[in-house]
Amino acid sequence: MYTVADLKKGLKIILDGDPYLVIAFDFVKPGKGQALYRTKMRNMINGSLLDRTYRSGESFESANLEERTMEFLYKEGDHYTFMDQQTYEQVVMEEEALGDAKNYLLENLKAEVMLFGEKAIGISLPNFVNLRVTATEQWAKGDTSGNDSKPATVETGYVLRVPPFIEEGELIVIDTRTGEYSTRVKG
Amino acid sequence: MKSDALWLRAQVIKAVRDFFWERGFLEVETPLLIPANAPEEHINPVFTTSSWQLQTSPEICMKRLLSAGHQSLFQISRCWRSGERGSRHLSEFTMLEWYRADCNYQNLMTDSEELLQYVVEICRPDSRCFGYKDITINPCAPWERITVQESFSRFGNRDVWDCLRKGLYEEILTSLVEPALAGFAAPVILYDYPAELAALARVKPENKNLAERFELYVGGLELANGFSELNDPLEQRRRFEEANAARSCAGHAVLPLPEPFLYTLGVMPDSAGIALGIDRLVMLTAGVDSIDEIVAFTPEEL
Repeated sequence: MYTVADLKKGLKIILDGDPYLVIAFDFVKPGKGQALYRTKMRNMINGSLLDRTYRSGESFESANLEERTMEFLYKEGDHYTFMDQQTYEQVVMEEEALGDAKNYLLENLKAEVMLFGEKAIGISLPNFVNLRVTATEQWAKGDTSGNDSKPATVETGYVLRVPPFIEEGELIVIDTRTGEYSTRVKG
Repeated sequence: MKSDALWLRAQVIKAVRDFFWERGFLEVETPLLIPANAPEEHINPVFTTSSWQLQTSPEICMKRLLSAGHQSLFQISRCWRSGERGSRHLSEFTMLEWYRADCNYQNLMTDSEELLQYVVEICRPDSRCFGYKDITINPCAPWERITVQESFSRFGNRDVWDCLRKGLYEEILTSLVEPALAGFAAPVILYDYPAELAALARVKPENKNLAERFELYVGGLELANGFSELNDPLEQRRRFEEANAARSCAGHAVLPLPEPFLYTLGVMPDSAGIALGIDRLVMLTAGVDSIDEIVAFTPEEL
């Protein structure tokens, strides 16, 4: 349990059954008056923002969130299954909760999965992943049209812009924070 | 850079001190560790390992000095209020208080104007202005004086008495009134507070529901609180007991009464006193938005 005195940026609490992250906090106390605790919070499941003001004496349930390293196993429709390599425990995440991460999920990729109780609510990937190009147009030598990039599809189905010299079958490095091409894996 | 802020802090404190010395005020030091503060519903003292407390304000001792016959007094001292921490609050902070015998709150409003004009002249000789949240406030421009009732109807479109009954006073004040006060180019004085919000102030002779209390706002930031002092010991004791009853209801510790203060209050002349947050005055002079930027160390850094 937390009280209003514990409120600060970064605190994770439960409201109406959902975990919330406190993203802004201020203590307000007009002269001789009662203290108010103003917060802005983000719902950690759906991302919605909430402004709430509390008074002294109020308390909150702490949100116990756990981050575990898990391996991506397979995808079935909108459902993505991950497994903890130590305990063999499996969790299923919906595509919506994955956000952009779905573009880089290849079988056996290891990622940090955020668990709220039994429920997987978020994922953080390595900053860089290697993915093979499955389709891209041939670069015509001597092309002077001035294009310095072309579209390419990688094995997860994600489409991004790559330099003209990248060929089908090549392994490239993608920055998962920006979704952009980073470099080519040599050899 | 913090060393600039610390230089400015020292300059502000020196300017404040010079201001009162030039006007013949006696600078006093009263004990910080005391057996009893004035019990207030929403102020929690910091207790030491003994039953004594750190002062939440020097007012008890300052007023005893008025009762002892001193006329004009000031003090710059540390005060402690448990659990208060935010961008404008530190649990340990520096307070300026000044008291004048044979004066009322109107005199203190004039003092405040002169003090702030003096501080910018010394510490901000180029701009002669304060700054807060990208707003420039000129203390040399005419100050507006607005009653609390008027401020609630004008900026909140609400009746202050109704807000008090519904427990919305603080919410409306901080979400509608104070932000509106940030729109003034000069400091603003809110005055004539509902009597229940002024446990140590004298009520207005012509209207017992209002107290002769005022608050000084600069750029919407509450800087000082002053009032004509209540000097009726029986009424003061009744209000302290009322505050303790409210504390008890809210689950806060009932606080001991400052008996020697009550004992001497009967001979205190009609006086007025005011408390001004030095840290906030430094914030305004430095033009910063957080109290963290103008202290040597925050509690989190210790």
